[in-house]
Amino acid sequence: MNTVATRAVPSAELAGHDEGVGLLPERLSGLPITPTDAVGLTERAGALAKRSIKTTAKGAALTLAVRCMDLTTLEGADTPGKVLSLCAKALRPEPADPDVPAVAAVCVYPELVPVAAAALAGTPVRVASVAGSFPAGLGPIGVRLDEIADAVQAGADEIDIVLNRSAFLAGRYRQAFDEVAASKAAAGHAHLKVILETGELGSYDAVRKASMLAMAAGADFIKTSTGKIGTSATLPVALCMAEAIRDYADAEGRAVGLKVAGGIRTAKQSWQYLVVMAETLGAPWLHPDLFRIGASSLLNDVLLQLDRLGNGGYPRPDKTVV
Amino acid sequence: MSGPSDRLPATRPDAAAAAEVPERVTGSAGFGPDCYAPAPEGTDLVRLEDVYGLFIGGEMVPARSEQLAPTVNPATGETLATFSLGGAEDVDRAVLAARAAYESHWRDAPGSVRARYLYRIARLLQERSREFAVLESLDGGKPVKESRDVDLPLAAAHFFHHAGWADKLDYAFTGASPGPLGVVGQVIPWNFPLLMAAWKLAPALAAGNTVVLKPAETTPLTALLLTEVLQDSDLPPGVVNIVTGDGATGAATVAHPGVDKVAFTGSTAVGKEIQRTLAGRGRRLTLELGGKAANIVFEDAALDQVTEGIVGGIYFNGGQVCCAGSRLLVQESVAEVVVSKLRRRMDTLLVGDPLDKNTDIGAINSAAQLRKISELVESGVQQGAELYQPSCALPERGWFFPPTLFCDVSPSHRIAREEIFGPVLSVLTFRTADEAVEKANNTPYGLSAGIWTEKGSRILWMAERMQAGVVWANTFNRFDPASPFGGYRESGFGREGGRQGLLGYLDLHGRQAAGGDR
Amino acid sequence: MSGGDGRLGVPKTYKMYVGGAFVRSESGRTYPARSAGGDLLAHAVAGSRKDVRDAVRAARGAQAAWAARTAYNRGQILYRVAEVMDSRRAELVGELARAAAGGQSAADPAAEVDAATDRWIWYAGWCDKYPQVLGGANPVAGPYFNFTVPEPMGVVGLAAPDEAPLLGIVSRLAPALVPGNAAVVLAGERCPLAAVTLGEILATSDVPAGVVNILTGRRAPLVRALAGVGDVDCVDLTGCDPPDADPPDADPPGVDPAGADPPGVDLVTEAERLAAATVTRVVRAAAGERRWLAPSAQSPHAISAFCEYKTVWHPKGR
Repeated sequence: MNTVATRAVPSAELAGHDEGVGLLPERLSGLPITPTDAVGLTERAGALAKRSIKTTAKGAALTLAVRCMDLTTLEGADTPGKVLSLCAKALRPEPADPDVPAVAAVCVYPELVPVAAAALAGTPVRVASVAGSFPAGLGPIGVRLDEIADAVQAGADEIDIVLNRSAFLAGRYRQAFDEVAASKAAAGHAHLKVILETGELGSYDAVRKASMLAMAAGADFIKTSTGKIGTSATLPVALCMAEAIRDYADAEGRAVGLKVAGGIRTAKQSWQYLVVMAETLGAPWLHPDLFRIGASSLLNDVLLQLDRLGNGGYPRPDKTVV
Repeated sequence: MSGPSDRLPATRPDAAAAAEVPERVTGSAGFGPDCYAPAPEGTDLVRLEDVYGLFIGGEMVPARSEQLAPTVNPATGETLATFSLGGAEDVDRAVLAARAAYESHWRDAPGSVRARYLYRIARLLQERSREFAVLESLDGGKPVKESRDVDLPLAAAHFFHHAGWADKLDYAFTGASPGPLGVVGQVIPWNFPLLMAAWKLAPALAAGNTVVLKPAETTPLTALLLTEVLQDSDLPPGVVNIVTGDGATGAATVAHPGVDKVAFTGSTAVGKEIQRTLAGRGRRLTLELGGKAANIVFEDAALDQVTEGIVGGIYFNGGQVCCAGSRLLVQESVAEVVVSKLRRRMDTLLVGDPLDKNTDIGAINSAAQLRKISELVESGVQQGAELYQPSCALPERGWFFPPTLFCDVSPSHRIAREEIFGPVLSVLTFRTADEAVEKANNTPYGLSAGIWTEKGSRILWMAERMQAGVVWANTFNRFDPASPFGGYRESGFGREGGRQGLLGYLDLHGRQAAGGDR
Repeated sequence: MSGGDGRLGVPKTYKMYVGGAFVRSESGRTYPARSAGGDLLAHAVAGSRKDVRDAVRAARGAQAAWAARTAYNRGQILYRVAEVMDSRRAELVGELARAAAGGQSAADPAAEVDAATDRWIWYAGWCDKYPQVLGGANPVAGPYFNFTVPEPMGVVGLAAPDEAPLLGIVSRLAPALVPGNAAVVLAGERCPLAAVTLGEILATSDVPAGVVNILTGRRAPLVRALAGVGDVDCVDLTGCDPPDADPPDADPPGVDPAGADPPGVDLVTEAERLAAATVTRVVRAAAGERRWLAPSAQSPHAISAFCEYKTVWHPKGR
């Protein structure tokens, strides 16, 4: 495969970047990188988490959570068999209830993209693949870009890459920026989600800056976490990124999506994130085009809660399809 | 996929693959603040009497005045209960009961014993907090999420904090030998009915005083419910007496010759009248009065948290807060973006049923207050300020007012000078820090101020220059029993909370000769 | 008025001290200040309402810069006052002795002057310490740093008592100056001589002009004028209370809670009513503080009475 042709920046130019440490790329000048007060942010997130979501609102939220879900398996032990059953569940999460919609996407490692692509061909469910030396993102840039292009070639509609935190935290913002831009080019028609791995960034100011950098470099989505380190998505981090998305949309006129991932296991958590989206970015973002929840076990709890809303009692957990 | 990107043309060719920012959608996405299902807090915990008497000498007694008045739910206009308007004779009885309790035992009760009662009260409030919160919202109109998350926890915390002071007063003021003042007359407002009672009662009792408390005319019910807590705590009769009533009852309380100290929270006009009434009588007096706080935003601030701080500063409790950040002073370079963020945030505020757990702005406390707010807002429009109100539907019954923003406000406008005590924010701009200081201090009030900047040295420079008793930097409307609260200038004198708050209830040389644990 | 050597003395004109200058009243009036035995001490200046206004304006103009000096610097200046006062000890003792001559008082003029000097030194040392004792960090239940600092009120009006013409002033003035207030002092009506000399001492002690202003004259009109000026932040009415009593405990005769002004209202009541118009703080020496020669007359809590407490919150976050 000739992947080089899709690259915007030759990989040789992406190596090094010793000059300009600490300087933001020119594309970011003029974009608002507003400071973030951690306490105020956390309090606002806490207040949003306390929204009381009942009855019809809960039903709408749970259905939306399913529609926005990236059903994910990212284990070294993943097999075609496991991915196939995941795809089946993605299409019909609740076989007994056709009103439960399909999820947004199935998210797998590149090796398993052909399996998922075959299973989901002709369905509304997208195939998402992590790529670019996930989860650390520190492979050679040429290898990372090839991996992206290969995954797209194999049928991925969406590519989840990680931000180069090594470059970002060292102040080599231009390198981090250029790598995202090159990844975007390598992904071609596929949507690019950039994982900031916020648990490693150290502050909300850094989250905001990384969000702006990724968006300015062309990300279609920014995403909180890989799920591979201790600290994954939190409500304040999601709020911080949503605020950055709002500022970016105001400044540039482009709507970037938000994907929260890692550690989201309960239906209540899912509607808390939806509340954050609803009250920060508004109705347009309450759509799988602009909001995703990456999760593996969440779906079952959401289905349990949906079932309860319909039947008025908690069903047995073994009722849901594994 | 049918997303927003399908509906709107792409305007940036280089970003054709991505969604353009959809236009503001006024309709529903099936989920969101415009369509949260009702989530009312149940009222089954609350049991109301038909008629309430006065709490004097440890028991509920009928008022000798034989005057009754209804207290209504401001969200519906319905009468909740009938309570007594204490007359001069009732106040006299209450003061006598307080005096008897003071002299017979409370004055000499060891501090550790007084502490025990205060701890018990704190715990009982915590145990019954949901009941109190619902009643507070029923009687006063504030959103139940505020009464639940702010008023009740803070009220209990005030008793808990001051309980610990009761047996440590000898260590609080260096070189002093503090003792109580005697009988304290306390008059409190309607915006935080139970919390203000706690702010007043806890330090007074910790210091060894006995109390006659006069709750506000429109919100007597939580103070009346508090009498059950006081009884359940076994607090000796007469230590706290609660005389409900109107302005005349309050006037009789503060002017009573048997009262040694007066503590008042309310309007500056009434505060001045009380100070005048007490002239020459040698009474101790503390006043916590009105405000017209400046919330000052510099261009380097964390603008999204600023937006929350502004909203919380002026719309918390519907702006019926003496320390509300009612004047927004924003640096010209970011005025446009701040106002834009603010308007967008205001559009998500939920106005309505105070008992709904999602309500952000509840009912205005009374018809009179609603008239005052409406009149001042009208003056703002008349004087040429630019009005913005989100298009939120207000309930058909009850007293409600939408969150309101005024731009193009000049410092001479009434809305920039007078305390509105409602959800009304006036936006003014400044260019330099010096100008911000000058405008912020350009008021006879001096209760609170907000400063928003990420520059540490500027925070300290500004804080030093604010003529205000409480300065919130990169936050607003925070309260804590350990943190002194009170005003400069015409916002009153004396502090509530913390070590300094005890000063208002102690004679520092009151126990030169006495010893023991007190 | 003549020295022992037969030289004809040069009696001093006792002027008021306003804005760093020694001035007569704009009204041109004086009044005879007499000793306890009735001898004429001097024709003291009878300050007017306008003099009060001028003094308040001078104080307001000087206050911010005084408060902005470092605490260390204010401490050194107040210590300097003690030095200069001690250098004029004999003069002050003479003035107090002349005023007391012929009276019943057993007061010892030398003891009063020495105590006044000592009091300056004691309070001078508080300048860079009182915030540590009176303020502090507050452990609030949340991720905030919260601290309370005592700040000066601004312009303080002090009505000085008659019974200790020098020590009474110093005992109230010094704690007012410590946190950075400016003061307008109404000297004791009966014997203003030492107060005027105190002004001369302050004028030569690096105390900036306007920080202390000393007016002489009839107490009642001056107190009324002082309490009625809106730009006074605090009035100390110690000199209006009888010297041997706690603050009045009974309601003054004729006071109607409804608020009508009865005739013959006493000065304190009148002053406090005037103060209420602008919520002006009213303070006075506590009973223990008014035994001027006793150790209890000096206290950090006397400084506290002339302070506002400001509480500042800031979040703690990464």
